Amino acid sequence: MKIDVAYAAELARLELSREEKDLFQSQLDGIVGYVEKISEVDVEGVEPMMHGHTLVNVFREDEVEESMDREDALANAPARTGDEFLLPKIVEGAES
Amino acid sequence: MELCDLGIKELKDVFAKGEASAEDAVKSVIARVRAKNGSIGAYVSFDEEAALALARENPKSVPVAVKDLINVKGQPCTCGSKILEGYTSPYDATVIANMKKAGFIPAGRVNMDEFAMGSSTENSALAVTRNPYDVSRVPGGSSGGSAAAVGGDMCIAALGTDTGGSIRQPASFCNIVGVKPSYGRVSRYGVTAFASSLDQVGPMAKCVDDAAVLLGAIAGRDPRDGTTPSLPVPDYAAALEGASLKGVKIGLPKEYSRMDGMDGEVKRITDEAVERCAGAGAEIVEVSLPHSEYAMAVYYIIAPAEASANLARFDGVRYGHRSKDASDVYSLYVKSRAEGFGAEVKRRIIMGTYVLSSGYYDAYYLRAQKVRTLIRRDFDEAFAKCDALLTPCAPTPAFKLGEVQDPLTMYLNDLFTIPSSLAGVCAAAVPAGFAADTRLPVGVQFICGAFEEEKLLKVSKAFENATGTARDLAAAAGKIPSVF
Repeated sequence: MKIDVAYAAELARLELSREEKDLFQSQLDGIVGYVEKISEVDVEGVEPMMHGHTLVNVFREDEVEESMDREDALANAPARTGDEFLLPKIVEGAES
Repeated sequence: MELCDLGIKELKDVFAKGEASAEDAVKSVIARVRAKNGSIGAYVSFDEEAALALARENPKSVPVAVKDLINVKGQPCTCGSKILEGYTSPYDATVIANMKKAGFIPAGRVNMDEFAMGSSTENSALAVTRNPYDVSRVPGGSSGGSAAAVGGDMCIAALGTDTGGSIRQPASFCNIVGVKPSYGRVSRYGVTAFASSLDQVGPMAKCVDDAAVLLGAIAGRDPRDGTTPSLPVPDYAAALEGASLKGVKIGLPKEYSRMDGMDGEVKRITDEAVERCAGAGAEIVEVSLPHSEYAMAVYYIIAPAEASANLARFDGVRYGHRSKDASDVYSLYVKSRAEGFGAEVKRRIIMGTYVLSSGYYDAYYLRAQKVRTLIRRDFDEAFAKCDALLTPCAPTPAFKLGEVQDPLTMYLNDLFTIPSSLAGVCAAAVPAGFAADTRLPVGVQFICGAFEEEKLLKVSKAFENATGTARDLAAAAGKIPSVF
């Protein structure tokens, strides 16, 4: 099975150069070829292990707690306007 | 000997005698880092003023170097990536808050493979880290900065993280003790996520006693991490008193002795470790982990899958690098990520996205999770026959910088550490000797069942008593870290 690098990169929102595409194609074909050995294992009737241990459904009280200060949350923003993160225009026709 | 040459227990003894303060210890670490970081490159940043201020506030606290993916309020947290250049943490990770309560303070930030993806620290976008025992070689990874700092006496102890071997393999390469706790033993809140069903924070230290006390300081239930159960945290350090291997059943997985690519000296040192355990009264039994041969394949499906989801947050919107060439939101995403991530991270994001994509999920991700169940069952069955497993830590001692170019070859470094990570059990790397040919350190790995850290540390301590501490082994090999 050959991996479709260009398609996976698009799904992952990752722009690749021509050189990267070629390099990753050959490297990932090798890696995918290697991991395909799990197809040998008989997994009939085996439950998937979804996590690192068997804890399930951890609940907590829904209590109001102090949350992060707004200025702290915005301090790393690449661009902001007032109390909001600033982005290029998303909605067609709207002002950015 | 300077204060920075000491371990945690030794430094606390000095404090108790009133011979030095935390400020003296931090100053000693700073002096060593200023002198040696140019050649070792263990640290990527060190806020001297912040560390000294904490030390003055807490005069008996022990400074700890922190892997650069654990958030400490007001400090950078680059994760070894260009994408987080200039980022400042707005809060403390739970391990940092816990550690401070227990008399430790964060001091300096140490290098790592980008987003903890790698086995040599060569994937860091920030700096080259070198092995303190041979500066032409890698320190291992991904917690290579932590290992080099501890092994090179550029700190008292350090925190690392381990997803598939990232504490244990560098610990083996740098002659230190490293513990990967059971999944859920230590909170992941505030620790940048790589593979969420595998990641654990653990201590990297100069001896088993030190690893035990630091683990005790960070472990426990955290309401902010639902995967941490409400199990009590034993006094690990106190439990080590009189640790013995007498009557302890040590299991040797028969599949591990047949693994390809194992260095002859690693094999010799592992065999010697088995003899040492037997000599100290342990009963050696053969066990089987039949699905181990699939562990690498399972890991390189599950870890990239989880990473691809976790790293989706780096989109140039709220924090991290934003491309200057973006004209709309789509190009903001694709260009910011293309410019910010390095090659290994991109490879794994693509791999992970692929195995989760429509039409491939069942064949790869779901099947891998089923095989993971079988791997876990192997460990359950093995632990019905023994107390602890003993295996090599890494197939070879530290390799040369630039020596391993092929990603799949690099992945094979974690052959012996990945199965226990997938099973969620606890494991420790303990110094075991020096290779005769290269005169490089080699560690062995002990593995115990989930939440059996106390037993794991006792076995490790008894082994250390029988073998000698890291410092003893280095002295016996006539090999002090080359930084001196």
